Amino acid sequence: MNAVTGTWIKVGELADIPKQGARCIDAGELTIAIFRGANDEVFALEDKCPHKNGPLSQGIVHDGCVTCPLHNWVISLATGEAQGADEGATRSFDVKIDNGAVLLNANGLS
Amino acid sequence: MTKKKLVIIGNGMAPGRMLEDLFDLAPDAYDVTIFNAEPRVNYNRLMLSPVLSGEKTYQDIITHDDDWYAEHDVTLHKAAMVRDIDRNAKVVRSETGIEASYDKLLIATGSDPIVIPLPGHDLEGVVTYRDLDDVELMLSAAKTKNRAVVIGGGLLGLEAAAGLKEQGMAVTVLHLAPTLMERQLDEAAGHLLERAFEDRDIKVLTKANTHEIIGKDGKVAAVKLDDGTELEADLVCMAVGIRPSTHLAAEAGLDCGRGILVDDLMQTNDPDILALGECVEHRGLCYGLVAPLYEMATVIAKNLAGDSASYSGSVTATKLKVTGVDLYSAGDFAEAADREEIVLRDATGGVYKRLVLKDNKIIGAVLYGETSDGPWFFDLLKKQTDISEMRETLIFGQAYQGSEPLDPMAAVAALPGDAEICGCNGVCKSKITDAITDKGLTNLDEVRAHTKASSSCGTCTGLVEQLMSLTLGDAYNPNAITPMCGCTDLGHSDVRRLIKAKGLKSIPEVMQALEWRTGSGCAKCRPALNYYLVCDWPDEYADDYQSRFINERVHANIQKDGTYSIVPRMWGGQTSSKELRAIADAVDKFNIPTVKVTGGQRIDMLGIKKEDLPAVWADLGKAGFVSGHAYAKGLRTVKTCVGTDWCRFGTQDSTGLGVRIEKFMWGSWTPAKVKMAVSGCPRNCAEATCKDVGVICVDSGFELHFAGAAGLDIKGTEILGHVKTEDEALEHIVAVVQMYREQGHYLERIYKWAKRIGYDEVRRQIMDDAEKRKAYYDRFVFSQKFAQIDPWDERVSGKDKHEFQPMATLSLEAAE
Ligand code: SRM
Ligand SMILES: Cc1cc2nc3c(=O)[nH]c(=O)nc-3n(C[C@H](O)[C@H](O)[C@H](O)COP(=O)(O)OP(=O)(O)OC[C@H]3O[C@@H](n4cnc5c(N)ncnc54)[C@H](O)[C@@H]3O)c2cc1C
Ligand code: SF4
Ligand code: FES
Repeated sequence: MNAVTGTWIKVGELADIPKQGARCIDAGELTIAIFRGANDEVFALEDKCPHKNGPLSQGIVHDGCVTCPLHNWVISLATGEAQGADEGATRSFDVKIDNGAVLLNANGLS
Repeated sequence: MTKKKLVIIGNGMAPGRMLEDLFDLAPDAYDVTIFNAEPRVNYNRLMLSPVLSGEKTYQDIITHDDDWYAEHDVTLHKAAMVRDIDRNAKVVRSETGIEASYDKLLIATGSDPIVIPLPGHDLEGVVTYRDLDDVELMLSAAKTKNRAVVIGGGLLGLEAAAGLKEQGMAVTVLHLAPTLMERQLDEAAGHLLERAFEDRDIKVLTKANTHEIIGKDGKVAAVKLDDGTELEADLVCMAVGIRPSTHLAAEAGLDCGRGILVDDLMQTNDPDILALGECVEHRGLCYGLVAPLYEMATVIAKNLAGDSASYSGSVTATKLKVTGVDLYSAGDFAEAADREEIVLRDATGGVYKRLVLKDNKIIGAVLYGETSDGPWFFDLLKKQTDISEMRETLIFGQAYQGSEPLDPMAAVAALPGDAEICGCNGVCKSKITDAITDKGLTNLDEVRAHTKASSSCGTCTGLVEQLMSLTLGDAYNPNAITPMCGCTDLGHSDVRRLIKAKGLKSIPEVMQALEWRTGSGCAKCRPALNYYLVCDWPDEYADDYQSRFINERVHANIQKDGTYSIVPRMWGGQTSSKELRAIADAVDKFNIPTVKVTGGQRIDMLGIKKEDLPAVWADLGKAGFVSGHAYAKGLRTVKTCVGTDWCRFGTQDSTGLGVRIEKFMWGSWTPAKVKMAVSGCPRNCAEATCKDVGVICVDSGFELHFAGAAGLDIKGTEILGHVKTEDEALEHIVAVVQMYREQGHYLERIYKWAKRIGYDEVRRQIMDDAEKRKAYYDRFVFSQKFAQIDPWDERVSGKDKHEFQPMATLSLEAAE
């Protein structure tokens, strides 16, 4: 439905991302991490932990969250918010799968 | 709005608490700068005694680590003693030349230990007991020295004595008064305490006035008493009291009595200068315990945040933190005409309790041997409750009030919501139970994190656990095995056993069969399960890279800025011009910013961009390098010394054996990292006696060591045994590592595993049972068939290519 609006950009194939893993999109200043969950759900977050900018794309993905590789904060993939006693949030972006292609909503990008 | 500048002098427990409160109330109101004379962050001074006795380490007692200061934008100048305060210019200056101007200044310089100016007080080997440096001095003295004399039988002196005893020294306590801790205890309890110390083989001399400390070659040799007695000593700890540290404030012209004088708002006579902690005098009193200081801290934080609060003084209670000695005292217990007392003695049980009453109210309490009613008595004391109704049974404690005796749980249940549970942090019962229910807390650590209860001296831990049982019911069982993580109730040992017993061969299979509560686990259990499966089914299990931490996934160490470092193997610490040239070329070609010799006898290249890793490895691979696994829960390094090749003392070819071990064992995964070393003679230049596994070569063969550590904990190795030939040495070492691989809990180093299962058990299986040893050895050799593949080479050949490249590059125009 949204595909026709032109704000969704194809950034790769679902198959390019390992299950329970992530790949990065370079968008100039911004690096966006696209995560793929155990059941092929996808999420997009800025690749920067709200704690000390750790690259979230390098973390372990589990149950809708990613654990940051630097100091183990747990970040929700859906909202970008830190879980548990930690506080902070990372930017999240809309992303979806269409026929195996990963589409990122460009509206949030600038 | 520009932030106001708050400068704090002293980084002790009181200002630490004040800042926590302030950041809760007004996180952005102040720009905070702290000067601290000590060269470190804020730690829990109360816990120095457990560090001295070896029950805890410095790491365990840190309250605010460097990250905390960074997170709160606090500038902390360590090792920066403030020398003067210029009140006109509103500037403070440290002796290291750092200046800071303030809108508000908080002086929190604590106290100084009193040093009696006896002859000899400045000899080497005379220490006080106040900070971590003192503890470190005592610990290092205990390693080489035998006899300690502690001057002072108060709280600090006794804790120091018990700690030094634990460190293996022969200890004598000298105390001036006729009984120990006479300020907190009455005579009877003082005697009981003396006996308890003598039972632990600590000598106590009361009415002992020190005359001089006798030295020899500038070092302590003996302590001489007024009556002529001489006690040999190589360490003297003076713990005779503290004096509020007012020097700096007095120099700046602030009013001082015994301490820095403050009003109920904690202000000095300069309205922009506040004072806090042991350095202050408030309504004629100076305090030497944290509970009142924390109350002051809260008052200051509120006022700084713009609320209004005032401090009206505190009543204090004392506990002695010597494992196995239960002691509680509060209030005033001197005898006087208008006072009555109730005493309970149970000689066989070693219990003594005394309550001092005035006008039917408790004004003092001393409990020895059984202290669980301490908080209840203290509550009655603070609230000045009329006790006439329960007078007959009062001394038996709360359990005996009302019609029937209650069990201890019911006694805790009966405590009022505002009863104080944690004296150090002033946490009352309802705060703990509310936090447990509101925040869904289920274990002690969580309760500590959220309420601070039981996080200082720890003596209230039992009470807090009882509250948890009451609030959580059966859901809380303090004796239960610690579960691997929140996804399961099973502990590591059970999971390892069940993986074998049920033949579980993949992570989803384990989670299914063992009823994991989460769909795909978490960052704690997944790496652990992956290791257990790799170890147990080397030929069948397909390693799940998504369950490994990033370092093990990309075979390099992630750095704080997201770049990586790599450390190639240099077998046994040996290298060559060809290898060094290859490293130099790679450094130039890829602009690698830092090259460093590691503590593990090899070279680290730091700051490499992730995309460049495969290319760097390709170049290094051409020179014969393989990954050094500096990132792995696996075999790290085998350090060696030069041995018989060169050294005039070498007894065996230590370098050769080290290289042989490393080549045999590299690539293997282990529960936690494994570091080894081989030294050519007992001079031990390769530091083999602090490694997971170490070898000391001797004329008659090889002395095998295991279970050492030199990281978070420092621990000398245990001896595994002696063997005659190199082949035997290798077989034994491999076997002990395989035994650990099969039994260790994930992230448990060899020294912890060995302690858990018993050193003798390890020796029995490896040294005495040749068949077992051979079986371990064979299983290791089998698993190496699947492990000795250079991960760098694999990735140069294209494995996991996706890890090293972005999936797409967007230019922002494309988004329009
Ligand atoms: C590079 C090196 C420091 C150096 O410049 O010398 C180093 C660097 C790190 N050490 Fe270490 N350790 C290094 C030798 C040591 C040593 C000394 C030794 O091995 O002889 C020790 C004490 C010995 C011991 O382990 O008992 C040591 C005890 C630790 C510890 C504490 C481990 C413990 O169980 O107590 C950690 C933390 C951990 O593993 O959880 C640690 C963790 C780290 C980490 C991995 C921290 C991290 O998670 O990022 C550092 C990685 C830096 C990097 O990216 O390269 N490092 N580390 C040394 C690499 C040796 C090598 O060639 O592989
Ligand atoms: C071994 C030991 C055991 C204890 N056990 C207990 C216990 O069980 N229960 C209890 O309630 N209390 C206990 N105490 C007492 C408790 O630790 C103190 O009451 C508390 O730490 C005092 O806090 P503070 O912030 O006032 O001072 P401190 O914690 O002493 O901090 C003062 C800091 O200021 C620094 N400083 C001083 N002058 C300057 C300057 N000019 N410039 C810069 N920095 C300066 C000092 O180096 C020090 O780090 C114990 C104390 C010790 C030493
Ligand atoms: S290299 Fe080791 S000691 Fe140095 S900062 Fe890192 S972990 Fe700490
Ligand atoms: S940067 Fe992510 S947890 Fe610290």
